[in-house]
Amino acid sequence: MTPPTVAPSAGARSRSAAQALDRRDRAWWQDLLARAVVGLGGISAVLFIAAIIVFIASQGFEFAWHRLSWSELLTGARWEPTAKPPSYGAWPLIAGTAWITAVAMAVAVPLSFAAAIYVGEFATGRRREWLKIVIETLAAIPSVVWGVVGLQVMNPLIQRLFDTPVGLNVLNAGIILGLMAAPIMTTLAEDALKAVPDAHREAAEALGATRWQTIRKVVLPHARPGLSAAVLLGIGRAFGETIAVLMASGHRLLPPSSVFDSAATITATIAAELGEAAVDSDHYQALFVLGLVLFCITFTINLLADWLVRGGRGRA
Amino acid sequence: MAEPARSRPAPAVEVRDLNLWYGTFQALFEIDLDVASGVVTALIGPSGCGKSTLLRSCNRIVERLGYVSTTGSIKVLGHDIHATDASPIQVRRHVGMVFQRPNPLPLSIRDNVLFAQRLHEPNRRSRSEQDATVEQALREVLLWDRVKDRLHERATSLSLEEQQKLCIARLLPTKPTVLLMDEPCSALDPAATTAVEELIWSLRGRYSILIVTHNMAQARRASDECVFMLMGRVVEHTPTERMFVAPARQETADYIEGRFG
Ligand SMILES: Nc1ncnc2c1ncn2[C@@H]1O[C@H](COP(=O)(O)OP(=O)(O)OP(=O)(O)O)[C@@H](O)[C@H]1O
Ligand SMILES: [Mg+2]
Repeated sequence: MTPPTVAPSAGARSRSAAQALDRRDRAWWQDLLARAVVGLGGISAVLFIAAIIVFIASQGFEFAWHRLSWSELLTGARWEPTAKPPSYGAWPLIAGTAWITAVAMAVAVPLSFAAAIYVGEFATGRRREWLKIVIETLAAIPSVVWGVVGLQVMNPLIQRLFDTPVGLNVLNAGIILGLMAAPIMTTLAEDALKAVPDAHREAAEALGATRWQTIRKVVLPHARPGLSAAVLLGIGRAFGETIAVLMASGHRLLPPSSVFDSAATITATIAAELGEAAVDSDHYQALFVLGLVLFCITFTINLLADWLVRGGRGRA
Repeated sequence: MAEPARSRPAPAVEVRDLNLWYGTFQALFEIDLDVASGVVTALIGPSGCGKSTLLRSCNRIVERLGYVSTTGSIKVLGHDIHATDASPIQVRRHVGMVFQRPNPLPLSIRDNVLFAQRLHEPNRRSRSEQDATVEQALREVLLWDRVKDRLHERATSLSLEEQQKLCIARLLPTKPTVLLMDEPCSALDPAATTAVEELIWSLRGRYSILIVTHNMAQARRASDECVFMLMGRVVEHTPTERMFVAPARQETADYIEGRFG
């Protein structure tokens, strides 16, 4: 900030005026300091992201550049990095991730949208405030706790209900992930509903629409970009989750062919194998390449979500 | 309260002993009012006197707030709108409302006009019937020629004047008997105000119109009867020419002459 300049008029008066206008007082210094701290915080986010990309890329670079076949990585059906000769086909992991994420969304989308509509459009007063607090608390449950639920509660339940030998499978992990993603999706979806001007609801109701007709015909279509963003961010959350899926999915390195098959995800594989792989070995580097793939996917999803929200704001 | 002339068809809206509270705050006191059928009735009074509240009671849209309670009765065409077998939905089919700020739905022009009809009729009408409905409603508000080539554009792309006319047009397909208008011209410029006023005047006869206005000239020009409210009560209800020439009550005279409000 530059101190304001004064045009010198009558000698002494301009001098004291200049002093009076020199605003480098305590508030000015505080402002400067606060800006610096906040600015550093903001920039650090960018620095961290950049550093992580560089780190991940550098760890896997040598292998990815010289020895890895990308087509094998993306479509190969065997992930056997410790076999002789090793095989680096990540298709089972990609398929596992996709299956589990799909089940997770099948659980989370109806659940979170219903919750958002109830909280945003129907609940009032105290009940609404309480629900919001509960939903935020749900979002804060550590993922290892969800993993334990998958292992100890869902596992026997699925075995009994569906008469399957193992209850640690796509269904289990998908439900757990869906429940984990639902709270944040609910919050985001509710924000999207709240952004719909009340004048639209009033107009529809004055034309004789019921509350539900108003929601279905006016509120939801208008909130669609925000709702899509909520789903995408939920997908991103499901993609990135590790411990809970590792515990609930059965971690079987084969592409699943039904929801009752055990499966493995990209994240869980990295978590499970990185500790055993010798540093800088091909296996170790291959895991970093997987990390990079994962990063690219979630980054794309986040960008898309962001773009949707912006597009929604630009509209009408 | 002076009674309006006697020999005439049954009133479109009959309000009897209406009290209304927002939570614990009482906004309307013992309102008795007959809104004459087929004419324009202007509702005037200083800011905060309860004009919007009374208007919004007539289609039960006040109840959206959730903390509103009422006593007394309101009848539309002889039917008590608070009767146990009456739903706000049914009431709003017969009692259309136009708001202060034009509030077209974020849909196409065409879908705005057809919105209410589609809600109330479970079977979708044929395309040509819908087209006819749209054309008729838009012609009635003198908008057809201006928008007939862009019926599928968003209603929000229209000018404010056109939006307000569209907001009137979309009430018509369900054949309402009463139109409630809450300062429908206050967001418009003078030329648009004149245009919308003329439109409202042209709807006279086919609909019973209750219109809130802050504009004395508008009330005087474009209404048959005038209701003056003050602090949640109806003070005077007379034919418009009488109210502006020889008001019965001192408060009315003071307000009309701009001495308060
Ligand atoms: N939603 C509400 N909650 C609580 N009080 C309200 C609410 N809406 C209106 N009121 C109060 O009720 C009284 C009547 O309000 P109303 O909006 O009907 O007045 P009005 O005559 O339409 O005024 P204006 O000419 O400014 O539109 C006012 O005192 C107002 O403060
Ligand atoms: Mg008002």
